[in-house]
Amino acid sequence: MLSIKDLQAKVEEKDIIKGLNLNIKPGEVHAIMGPNGAGKSTLGNVLSGREGYEVTGGTVEFKGKDLLEFEPEERAREGLFLAFQYPVEIPGVSNLEFLKASVDAVREHRGQDPLDSVSFLKLAREKCKAVNLDQNFLKRGVNEGFSGGEKKRNEIMQMMLLEPSLCILDETDSGLDIDALQVVADGVNSQRSPDRSFIVVTHYQRLLDYIVPDYVHVLANGRIVKSGGKELALELEEKGYSWIDEEVV
Amino acid sequence: MTDVATQTFDYASQALALAQNIDGPDWLADLRKDGQQVFEGHAWPTRKTEHWKHTSLNALTKQDYSKLAGTGALSLDDSEAQLLYQIADLEALQLVFVNGHFSEALSSDIALDTVEVVRFSQANDTQQAVIKQNLGKITVNDEHLFSALNAGQLSDGVFIRFLKNKKTDQVIQVVHLTTSGQASFSVNARLLVVAEAGSQGTVLESFVSDSGSQSALVNSLTECRIEDNAKLFHYRLQLEQEDIVHIGGMHVQLNAGSQLESFHVGLGGKVKRVDVVVNHEGSGAHCDLKGVYLPQNSQHIDYHTCIEHKVPHCTTDEVFRGIMADQAKAVFNGRIHIHPDAQKTLAQLNNRNLLLSNKAEIYTKPELEIYADDVRCAHGATIAQLDDKAMSYMLSRGISRQEAEVMMSFGFINELLNDLAHHPIQEKLRPILAELFGKDDSLTRHIL
Repeated sequence: MLSIKDLQAKVEEKDIIKGLNLNIKPGEVHAIMGPNGAGKSTLGNVLSGREGYEVTGGTVEFKGKDLLEFEPEERAREGLFLAFQYPVEIPGVSNLEFLKASVDAVREHRGQDPLDSVSFLKLAREKCKAVNLDQNFLKRGVNEGFSGGEKKRNEIMQMMLLEPSLCILDETDSGLDIDALQVVADGVNSQRSPDRSFIVVTHYQRLLDYIVPDYVHVLANGRIVKSGGKELALELEEKGYSWIDEEVV
Repeated sequence: MTDVATQTFDYASQALALAQNIDGPDWLADLRKDGQQVFEGHAWPTRKTEHWKHTSLNALTKQDYSKLAGTGALSLDDSEAQLLYQIADLEALQLVFVNGHFSEALSSDIALDTVEVVRFSQANDTQQAVIKQNLGKITVNDEHLFSALNAGQLSDGVFIRFLKNKKTDQVIQVVHLTTSGQASFSVNARLLVVAEAGSQGTVLESFVSDSGSQSALVNSLTECRIEDNAKLFHYRLQLEQEDIVHIGGMHVQLNAGSQLESFHVGLGGKVKRVDVVVNHEGSGAHCDLKGVYLPQNSQHIDYHTCIEHKVPHCTTDEVFRGIMADQAKAVFNGRIHIHPDAQKTLAQLNNRNLLLSNKAEIYTKPELEIYADDVRCAHGATIAQLDDKAMSYMLSRGISRQEAEVMMSFGFINELLNDLAHHPIQEKLRPILAELFGKDDSLTRHIL
């Protein structure tokens, strides 16, 4: 699914990712944990092709293709999805229009016909329900005036509609209370399948109680410094990140 | 054949000569005469005239605007004309003027017990008295050159009176249609609205044209007196195509407890200039003034707004947004003047602009003049390109850059459209405005 080799990237002339390796097979869930400033969010942004994030070395292969050659919108159409840590508000553009534009673009790329408005509305309502968002949110401006939890649920709803192959959840748990966390996690779990992979970026172990990963990696100083199974997350929760720094040094 | 491109005309003299030959009702003769005198005494604006600093009237000398339009055959038939201004699902009665001439065929019969609608030329004695009492009293000819000229050329106009304590949902639509295939001409349009105490009504002014090459100069002037506790919804949709020259004015008097909700749309033209002046004359009045301007190509548009807070406890909420594309140029000057007695005023003015090309221009200037000490006023003007973060977000969802640009630009003005009290007007405007951003259906399919 995804093969990252010796990836190096910088943001505003500062090196953030410094030789990162990661292999993800279809159906796997990988958690990436690590202290603040380790480069966790940068990884998601680099993979999604966000402007301002410059790759200076290494390769990324996504479903056998060179991901770094693609424009951001092409990556999305190829099946890469980034759930933003801070979803953006776009006043005046209705959520429904935005979702339809997005789904149509992806379907078109897959050689499918665009959905007619009625079928799409039906589908969107279904997904709203699945993430416990009122249907009124479809009419409102994209994320406009949504609470933190509503924004995150809107991200998960987009993920459900776009049916990507690889989902990167960038600190989706930040700012969520337990109930919202449960809804988001249920949404994610419902999407787990043998041909869909996940990268769950999080600072806290809590989210991983709900979304149980196959692998846990610790990112520090722009590299993966330790990898293990789900028990590694518990160890981190207990001991913090400092022991890893010591171990690495 | 004369080389039209190099010929120039002395517009001010021509306009005055045209005024002096106007054949209009006798009872308006004094107004005409007065207007002509004031116009003659005005200095012609130049680039050094503060309020015309960024808007040149040079275009007025490039064509011969010395005549009114003929009444010959039109370039389009009635049903084609109706398509230009009719709004589906809107309960509206129309008065239609084609190239400045009233069209009986296109206009509705209006007989309502909530509102009186009559042309000046058809007004009875009582109506004439009310018209004379108000006409030219809300605008100030000495301060507005084209108000003076409008009075000077006055031959007819529309009088709308919302009757005391009556409310109506029926929209009164006044349409000015200009057509192609004519020698150049002038149109003088005048509208007087009196909303009597406790009344409520809606006036929709539509300025439209067929798509052919236009050669009209439109000078349209609207005066509104909104009496105690009355409420007027007002729309001014200036949708003519780009060859037109349009100078417009809207002057309002708000009495105690009255409300104005006014929305403006301006597409660009050779020169388009609109002055909106609202006078708070009675305590507790509220003015809600919103607008969008969208010039493209080499078009020009200029909105000058001025809110006069003369008395205490009045409120103003003003928002204008502009999107300038190509080499277009827009001017926005928003003045709020709070007089010494206007304590407890609440006024805010916000003007945001989006430049879609590096050759497009916007001159924006909010002006607050405050002479009272217990007031709350805010103003802001911004000029920006599309938001990078929002763009990244849309790209990350697979939407193409071009489509994202169209959706976001449209979203910028759609925010104001969403708030319009009359939904059918939103529905009419959306496709017209969306088309400006994406000529290609694949770019606009998700905003309509």
